[in-house]
Amino acid sequence: MSEYGIPVPKGRVAMTKQQVRDAVDELGGVAVVKAQVHAGGRGNAGGVKVVKSADEAEKLADSLLGKRLVTHQTGPSGVPVEQLLVEEPAAIQKELYLAITIDGGTRSAVVIASEAGGVEIEEVASSTPEKILREPVDSVLGFQPFQGRRLAYGMQLPPSLVRPFTDLVANLYRLFIEKDCTLAEINPLVITDNDQVLAVDGKLNFDDDAFYRQKDVQELRDVTQEDPLEAQATDSGISYVRLDGDVGCLVNGAGLAMATMDIIQTVGAAPANFLDVGGGADDERVKLAFGIILSDPAVKRVLINVFGGILRCDVVARGVVAACEERGAQPAIVARMSGTNSEEGRKVLEDSDLQVHLVNTLTEAAEALKEGMSQ
Amino acid sequence: MSILVNKDSRVLVQGITGREGGFHAQRCIEYGTNVVAGVTPGRGGSLFQESVRVYNRVDEAVEKEGANVSMIFVPAAFAVDAILEAADAGIGLIACITERIPTLEMLKVVRSLRGKTVRLLGPNCPGLISPGDNCKVGIMPGNIHQPGRVGVVSRSGTLTYEAVGQLSARNLGQSTVVGIGGDPVSGMGFVEVLRLFNDDPETDMVVLMGEIGGTKEQEAAEFIKTEMQKPVASLIVGATAPPGRRMGHAGAIITGSAARADEKVAALQSAGAVVIPTPGDIGRIAEEILKG
Repeated sequence: MSEYGIPVPKGRVAMTKQQVRDAVDELGGVAVVKAQVHAGGRGNAGGVKVVKSADEAEKLADSLLGKRLVTHQTGPSGVPVEQLLVEEPAAIQKELYLAITIDGGTRSAVVIASEAGGVEIEEVASSTPEKILREPVDSVLGFQPFQGRRLAYGMQLPPSLVRPFTDLVANLYRLFIEKDCTLAEINPLVITDNDQVLAVDGKLNFDDDAFYRQKDVQELRDVTQEDPLEAQATDSGISYVRLDGDVGCLVNGAGLAMATMDIIQTVGAAPANFLDVGGGADDERVKLAFGIILSDPAVKRVLINVFGGILRCDVVARGVVAACEERGAQPAIVARMSGTNSEEGRKVLEDSDLQVHLVNTLTEAAEALKEGMSQ
Repeated sequence: MSILVNKDSRVLVQGITGREGGFHAQRCIEYGTNVVAGVTPGRGGSLFQESVRVYNRVDEAVEKEGANVSMIFVPAAFAVDAILEAADAGIGLIACITERIPTLEMLKVVRSLRGKTVRLLGPNCPGLISPGDNCKVGIMPGNIHQPGRVGVVSRSGTLTYEAVGQLSARNLGQSTVVGIGGDPVSGMGFVEVLRLFNDDPETDMVVLMGEIGGTKEQEAAEFIKTEMQKPVASLIVGATAPPGRRMGHAGAIITGSAARADEKVAALQSAGAVVIPTPGDIGRIAEEILKG
């Protein structure tokens, strides 16, 4: 953000206890220490603290560095903390919220600002929606100064801050566009005691689909911040999200995958993952995908739900059999195959050594899962 | 009858000489679609499958073959240019199958199409099909469809096939099946498609399938409440998805309460839509509605 002229607090990144000590000393003994992780919600999770001495900073560093931080966005295993950001504390007069994101409704980028910063914006939205201001941006014209003034006056900023605030939003918009962001958020945007605006904490989300033209953004990726199975899936072009349940699922298509997760829940079970193998998958990709499901120790049973279109059911069946053979695995499988080459697919599964319960419809799949649970 | 595509549709395939474009163009022709031309810059003058003329430019294909519908398969980095070229050449309906177009590019596209009569479906969509007119403009398996009087509109691909499969299994044919796509910024939304189904004398009811993320379902609910004269059965998937995570579809990320499944279900229910309780009940509910 500082590259784009957005004022941020003075500070530096520390990777060892000694570096944390030095950084705190340099700032005069008082500092804000932040765990640098690729997830939101770190403040509530104990990942952001004010320290008043180098000793206190060292103690905090000891409890964070090399440990895993669990926030509401990371899943139960959390993400590793390898770096701490040590910053000069801001003399806070007021905390604002500022973000730019995509609004599918108006089909434009939208600037969202609120005088109620420093807290979860979702809470502000539900308790005091009138405190949230929105300015849709015309994608041809870009963000206009009058829109910045409307936001600034709408939040009752002092007159001296109207111009600096407007400039800051314009800079954030430039960053949002040039880096193909889907979210650029500053929370809190602080007004300091001496009437300056300062971006104290921020988060940028980037559009995966634009990575091909954002090489430097791609380099920000840190696989240690990702679930290892999710990282493996990403590298193979599989959409996979690890969840808390014990029923693994292999599905083609994102919508059908979500429908399958919902079906699993109707019988009182919980999905272990979201997985969309993709329309253009071949045997090899299916094998990889099924291997990822089998690698999750939480998985007790697997539901395969494929409606063949471009993807043929026999391709899926062969990939599944190959993955099980390679690992010598014998998972309990419920399989539903419809559409292109469903007969061939079912035959491949039947002829294999796997214990597969073949069903014809989603409702039957739910029943079969339920039966399996009571056994 | 049907909406958007029918016997008079003269279909152009942009990217017809590519692997995906060629494969699906062939499937569409086999289904009965009147594919009149292809466009691939640099390949003009050649023939696709010895029958379909390939042009360098869309305006040429419109002028020489009277193309009025375009199906786009060109790679993501060039798809926006292809959409704009089709719109400029006077194509009436553009179905963009291509996925993974950067969101900011789509913002420019929808901004530039504003105020024009051209309709854009997608991107990242399966296309659309009118079984009674043997017209398929998309990547769906044709053989699961039956001619009939149920309209289907959906944000998903394979979940749409699931719905069609359940309908056809009960001999409930479809007037037109429309996939509006899974991206956060796209062309036609539920409302535009519902309006067309509402005005189509040969559609008796609509199955609407939505999912978590965005507010498209709430817009649909508003239309159903105020203008829709026909019954709508709706299914929202993604209730079990955790917040803050992206579920494959770019659109399927939960941000804010309006994007949640329960909020969408509540909005549709209070608007008078029949809620389909689980993804296995699509056919059963549609049958109950049609039997009154």
